[in-house]
Amino acid sequence: MSDNKTPDIVTNNLWQSLRVYTDARIGLGRAGVSLPTNALLDFQLAHAQAQDAVHTPLDVQVLEEQLKPLAETFELADTLQIHSQASDRKTYLQRPDFGRRLDASSADLLRGRVSEIQSDVDLAIVIVDGLSSRAISENISPFLTELLSALKQDKQEWSIAPLTVVQQGRVAIGDEVGELLNARTVLVLIGERPGLSSPDSLGLYLTWSPRVGLTDASRNCISNIRKAGLIYPDAVRKAIYLLKESRSRQLSGVQLKERSQDPVIDGAETHRNFLIPKPTKPTH
Amino acid sequence: MQDSLHQTSTGRSSYRYVLGTRTYSFSNLADVMAKATPARSGDYLAGVAAESSEERAVAQQVLAEVPLKTFLSEALIPYEEDEVTRLIMDEHDLDAFSPISHLTVGDFRNWLLSDAATSDSLTSIRAGITPEMVAAVCKIMRNQDLILVAQKCHITTAFRNTLGLPGNLSTRLQPNHPTDDVTGIAASILDGLLYGSGDAVIGINPATDNVAQAVNLMKLMDSVIQEYEIPTQSCVLTHVTNTLEAIEQGAPVDLVFQSIGGTEATNSSFGFNLSTLAEAQDAALSLERGTVGDNVMYFETGQGSSLSANAHHGLDQQTCEVRAYAVARKFSPLLVNTVVGFIGPEYLFDGKEIIRAGLEDHFCGKLLGLPMGCDICYTNHAEADQNDMDNLLTLLGVAGCTFIMGIPGSDDIMLNYQTTSFHDALYLRRALGSSPAPEFEQWLAKMQIIEENSRFTLNNALPASFAGSLKLAHEGNL
Repeated sequence: MSDNKTPDIVTNNLWQSLRVYTDARIGLGRAGVSLPTNALLDFQLAHAQAQDAVHTPLDVQVLEEQLKPLAETFELADTLQIHSQASDRKTYLQRPDFGRRLDASSADLLRGRVSEIQSDVDLAIVIVDGLSSRAISENISPFLTELLSALKQDKQEWSIAPLTVVQQGRVAIGDEVGELLNARTVLVLIGERPGLSSPDSLGLYLTWSPRVGLTDASRNCISNIRKAGLIYPDAVRKAIYLLKESRSRQLSGVQLKERSQDPVIDGAETHRNFLIPKPTKPTH
Repeated sequence: MQDSLHQTSTGRSSYRYVLGTRTYSFSNLADVMAKATPARSGDYLAGVAAESSEERAVAQQVLAEVPLKTFLSEALIPYEEDEVTRLIMDEHDLDAFSPISHLTVGDFRNWLLSDAATSDSLTSIRAGITPEMVAAVCKIMRNQDLILVAQKCHITTAFRNTLGLPGNLSTRLQPNHPTDDVTGIAASILDGLLYGSGDAVIGINPATDNVAQAVNLMKLMDSVIQEYEIPTQSCVLTHVTNTLEAIEQGAPVDLVFQSIGGTEATNSSFGFNLSTLAEAQDAALSLERGTVGDNVMYFETGQGSSLSANAHHGLDQQTCEVRAYAVARKFSPLLVNTVVGFIGPEYLFDGKEIIRAGLEDHFCGKLLGLPMGCDICYTNHAEADQNDMDNLLTLLGVAGCTFIMGIPGSDDIMLNYQTTSFHDALYLRRALGSSPAPEFEQWLAKMQIIEENSRFTLNNALPASFAGSLKLAHEGNL
């Protein structure tokens, strides 16, 4: 594209340089009053990626291959593949209620597994495609490796249910999975609604004593987990904090959040408002 | 239209329609309203939508025969149970209603489109129409009807500038940042101002929603407005109770924000009631910060919020939405914004449903006397794209929409959705010849952001006053 070589057609913005301070699409320049071609096509590409993240089915075979060595290393039972009541993506998008419940054969599968195990577990980890399969395929393996290592190093022992992978699921489906697996805590790892600049964002939801019918008030959330967002070590640190607090106080959700002042959250330093002259200088 | 209203043999009021050998019956007025609504996913999710296209068309026939007077005697949500119903009924003005009191819903559509419905006569009946009457007539109107009638409704409000004058289109500059970073927000404000955006309000959705953060952002925007003497107002879109606390702390509050819904239960789930809003309005008025007017409230709405809060009482989402406008008009807002595509495809599935809902909300708000703007937007899991937004933007521009959003490159990096850009507003100015608020337009010319007498041509050179700011940003010691 020749936008940069034709300054008389495209007006560039001097303040484009401010993009080092923000991801916002500032200083895009203009052709007349309209978007220059470069900016237009960049936007279209980002939107295409976000839409693909929503509509590309989770490749469960590939994911299973990724999870196999993890399960072996951390001595977990074989991963279970399950499905919500939303039969396809179109139904999933229009019927969030279907995405919150397991279909009959999935529920049966979990009941069968539990009758073999015959004991409660401390934690069930539920991997859900949600609104971005890309978030799962790109983040799950490295994130879980760090999380499971951290759990192994914890002073308390954590008994962990077989990993489950849910297709066409919403956050609340973790409650049913956790309940059927007799888990004291459930951790849902789900593909978040993709943003234009973040098609690969993973969300984490923790619930103590999961059971069908709970609301968001019972959950704690860690959002925007991805390489260009909340990086894995930080996300794992937050997750371990929530897991241990939840376990020791036997609760989750609003009560847990309100009392915790997680020191690693939002450590953003305050920058200056350059639109206002410095107090030491006379105004222009 | 044929006669379709009957009494059943038990004497219970019922809505029935005979079509050939088939008799359609509807359980009550709310059922007729819901089934007459143009199809949308949220009404299917709620289980209130028509089961077939024919049933929908029949429900529209039945609804067209309902006398407007019926809406005064048949409350869709009981008076005793809901303070929004009480507000609607108690504030209804029978004198204003009298010129149209003999009309059915179908007649009302004809009247609205007729030459008898001038800007003046539409103003004079405003206090005599209820949200339910407006919702009903909307359901039997085509998109072009919604545009034509909205265009005749003139609603002007004012704070530091005058909004809603004929031929004007204003913009909310929305400089959101995922960590509320001051430099990042300032960069987006600069970008917006230099593209001529921000006369409706400079309004930030805070990433961290507490009083201390809201006060920081209020001070930031107030200092910019004062430094550059911009004839506009600022708003932090935090909970009404946070804004009340900020006012008590002496923060520079121009506008009080709140998301509102059309049922008492929706508003309870949002954590406020009508008396909270009254208290906040009084507090903001006491600051006397407006220079040319005293409209101090900024409300946001959107179809689906009542269902989402499980507070819809079996009503369709469009009817719930219009009831929210009764809440809004009680408090003489400067701005009302329907955030039409934000809620997701389970309420409005695709571009077609979003466009229809945007036109409906704008029409209904305007007819009830509100300064109606629209956040023309979509999320990435909706079946919509920039072309759908261009369509709605153009249609609302023709309809005389009071304001739209303005954001760098359509990409809200905090809320993760796409809305209209600074460029989009300029497109509409060029395509339709619309101007910003007059006070703001004069300021843009004075600051040399636009060339004078140019039909909105941006200056190629960076205006001198902003060149200094940019230099400061580049000194690197932010």
